[in-house]
Amino acid sequence: MASPSDLAVSEMDFDTVPERSWVDKIKDTARKKPLGAVSACAVLVMILLAAFANVITFYDPVQNAFDSMHVAPSVTHWFGTDQFGRDIFTRIVFGARTALFVGFSASILGSTAGLILGVGSAYFGGRFDLIFQRFMDIFISFPLIIMALSVVSIFGTGTQNVIFAITIPLIPRCARVVRSSALSIREIPYVDAARALGFAHVRIISRHMIPNVMAPYLIMLTSFLGQAILLEASLSYLGLGVQEPTAAWGLMLQGGAEEYAESAPWIPVFPGLAITAAVFAFNLFGDAVRDTLDPRLRSE
Amino acid sequence: MRNTRMKTLLIAAAVLALGLWSFAPVEAAPKKGGVLKFVVGSKIPSYDGHIESTFGMIHPLRPFYSLLIRVNPDNPASPTDFVCDVCEGGIPKPTEGHTKYAFKIRSDITFHNGQKLTSADVKATYDKIISPPKGIESNRKAFFSMVKSVSAPDPKTLVFKLKYPTGAFVPALALPYNFIYSKADLDKHGYKWHQKNVNGTGAFRFVQHQPGAFVEGKRYEKYHHKGKPYLDGYRAISAPKMAIRLQAIRGDRAAIEFRGFPPKARDDLKKALGDKLTVQESDWNCNLMVTPNHKRKPFDDARVRRALTLAIDRWGGSKYLSRIAIVKTVGGVVFPKHPLAATKEELTKIAGYWPDINKSRAEAKRLLKEAGYPSGFEFTLHNRGVDQPYKVVGTWVIDQWRKIGLKVKQWVQPSGPFYATLRKKKNFDVSIDFNCQSVINPLVDVSKFISDDRAGNQYAEYQDRQLDKWFDEMNREPDVKKQRAIMRKYEKRALDEMAHQFVTLWWYKINPHRSYVKGWKIAPSHYLNQHLDNVWIDK
Repeated sequence: MASPSDLAVSEMDFDTVPERSWVDKIKDTARKKPLGAVSACAVLVMILLAAFANVITFYDPVQNAFDSMHVAPSVTHWFGTDQFGRDIFTRIVFGARTALFVGFSASILGSTAGLILGVGSAYFGGRFDLIFQRFMDIFISFPLIIMALSVVSIFGTGTQNVIFAITIPLIPRCARVVRSSALSIREIPYVDAARALGFAHVRIISRHMIPNVMAPYLIMLTSFLGQAILLEASLSYLGLGVQEPTAAWGLMLQGGAEEYAESAPWIPVFPGLAITAAVFAFNLFGDAVRDTLDPRLRSE
Repeated sequence: MRNTRMKTLLIAAAVLALGLWSFAPVEAAPKKGGVLKFVVGSKIPSYDGHIESTFGMIHPLRPFYSLLIRVNPDNPASPTDFVCDVCEGGIPKPTEGHTKYAFKIRSDITFHNGQKLTSADVKATYDKIISPPKGIESNRKAFFSMVKSVSAPDPKTLVFKLKYPTGAFVPALALPYNFIYSKADLDKHGYKWHQKNVNGTGAFRFVQHQPGAFVEGKRYEKYHHKGKPYLDGYRAISAPKMAIRLQAIRGDRAAIEFRGFPPKARDDLKKALGDKLTVQESDWNCNLMVTPNHKRKPFDDARVRRALTLAIDRWGGSKYLSRIAIVKTVGGVVFPKHPLAATKEELTKIAGYWPDINKSRAEAKRLLKEAGYPSGFEFTLHNRGVDQPYKVVGTWVIDQWRKIGLKVKQWVQPSGPFYATLRKKKNFDVSIDFNCQSVINPLVDVSKFISDDRAGNQYAEYQDRQLDKWFDEMNREPDVKKQRAIMRKYEKRALDEMAHQFVTLWWYKINPHRSYVKGWKIAPSHYLNQHLDNVWIDK
């Protein structure tokens, strides 16, 4: 049994441990997870590119310049020009805006809706949970792209509809993961205590359950980012996503792949590389977030 | 001695001439045999030519059928050269004030099921096309609005009587969709039987159709054009993706695609195949149009519509777009090489065709200001989800409109919903539309611009009785010079003064094909010259 003097000593020791600066923490994390750090840098670069696209580029991303059609990569056009004479580097930088806007919007909306539905389903349980989960099963049984294609074919193309089309199939995937965490939280006595105190369902869910499932929520959110970007590019490639003249990577790939893969390969290659790099970076970043937030992996 | 020398000289000259003559290039004689494989980029909605409008049906199905008359297969570029198919002799001279045409029908024609063809079959066919029973569709009924009656007084004679004389009648007869059906089939099986069954008198007999894969035909030995067809058969392979069609030709899995490829694809194929590839090119009786919705503001204002057309640099666009898309020729409402078409000088007087684009755009901005939009406005361009040439031209016109301060988004729909929006929902601001015809017949082709309660294919939702009046006058006017004068007034009003809807550029057809495909000549339409009876393989 610890004596009061022992306790005093240990408290004193705790106080004397110097608090590390955030720079040190980042360095430490980067050392432990180098891939995660690289991916975070790539994501940051992408965000900066999107935010400062007007400053970074010299050309108009949508204006046709027929005098410069099919120009190969050069000092004046780093990634060359497309069939309308538009600078491909400029369109890739502006395309990052589209990718990030659609990617973040869809994954935040999808994860958040999934969070609310998943926690709600776990909290209410019983027949509601049973029926609700069967609906989720139906939605999950369709591959992401099939669901997104179905939604676009019903509601039409355009940025808003693409976000909606990507959001819908993400919801059940997040709801399922969050529900499993919420089920265990529901059994913890403080939830019963809150009920006993007569708190409303909304208050119990929002203040006692949701904060405790934030780790799986954030993991799902980051892992959805890459998927959403890829889905947006796929839909645009199929002609069902964002439309010309908006700069979007999938659309650029679609416009160039069929006709110019041989004679002007830079037209499809650079957007293809941009999609690959972005999805790779977001997937690695999502893995790193999962490793950091998952208590089991953290303890290891 | 001198005589002998002269004789020797003459003989030598004759031998030399004979030798040179024997080496002179001569057209190779057609060879019999072989199976032609070609790719088709569209699906077959049904087999019935009388109700369909797509090359997806024409390319695989047309070789099974004959027509009354057809575009001369050896001169398909001509808009006035027609020859008999199931009729004999030439196209009959009209009598009774150009209102009666009496055709002589060949007596040596049999349907693929062995039944003899008579004028009664041709009459039954045209009755179905011109005056189908209630509930039976006929897509080209309007093309024959001048026909008063069709009769078959004897098995070898077919008589058309017209309500008024018109130059639009004979070209309408040559439409490639006017498949001659058997009266017995129509009587026995009904008017919808041909949607799923084939029984024609064409150069090839139907063998099989694997939906989504191919259609197969084999030579019809009793074909009425003696010595033809040259091919043993053909296989029309379905390939909706252009990349697949290109690779099929490149890898010799198919010899030809009859619709057309963009210039870049032609160049790539030529580079890869060299002499093994032959390229045929032609102006195309198709144009892409911009159709503002007159029921929506501000497109109900002619000044706004004029501004839209004035902003488009057609002469410049033609130069560059022809390098990336299947469009090229600048033209008005009439197929550019037709005698009724506007000359370049006449065109440059129409809004949107002015030679000075800066002046044109300045006028466009002035009109927008006058209409109450000094800093432009935003709208959505509705377009079809097909790259060539729809999306390319769509992207181009959006850029053209940006230059006068208009902010335009593009709303692209696949073909089915695109047509539904254009024809039924009508919930668009401005749409890309097209005017594609087969036989060049401007008097009928320009019906796209008459009032929407008369033209079934005018989607701008306006009525203009002046245009209707001129349209009728043109069609009833036998004198070509007078027709032409009315056409100029009609064109000026439709494209300029009212700018109801306007033409962007006319299409340009490029058909690269394997050099061993002989006999097929490019026509100004992807619907024409597809009977394949004159095609042969030089292998």
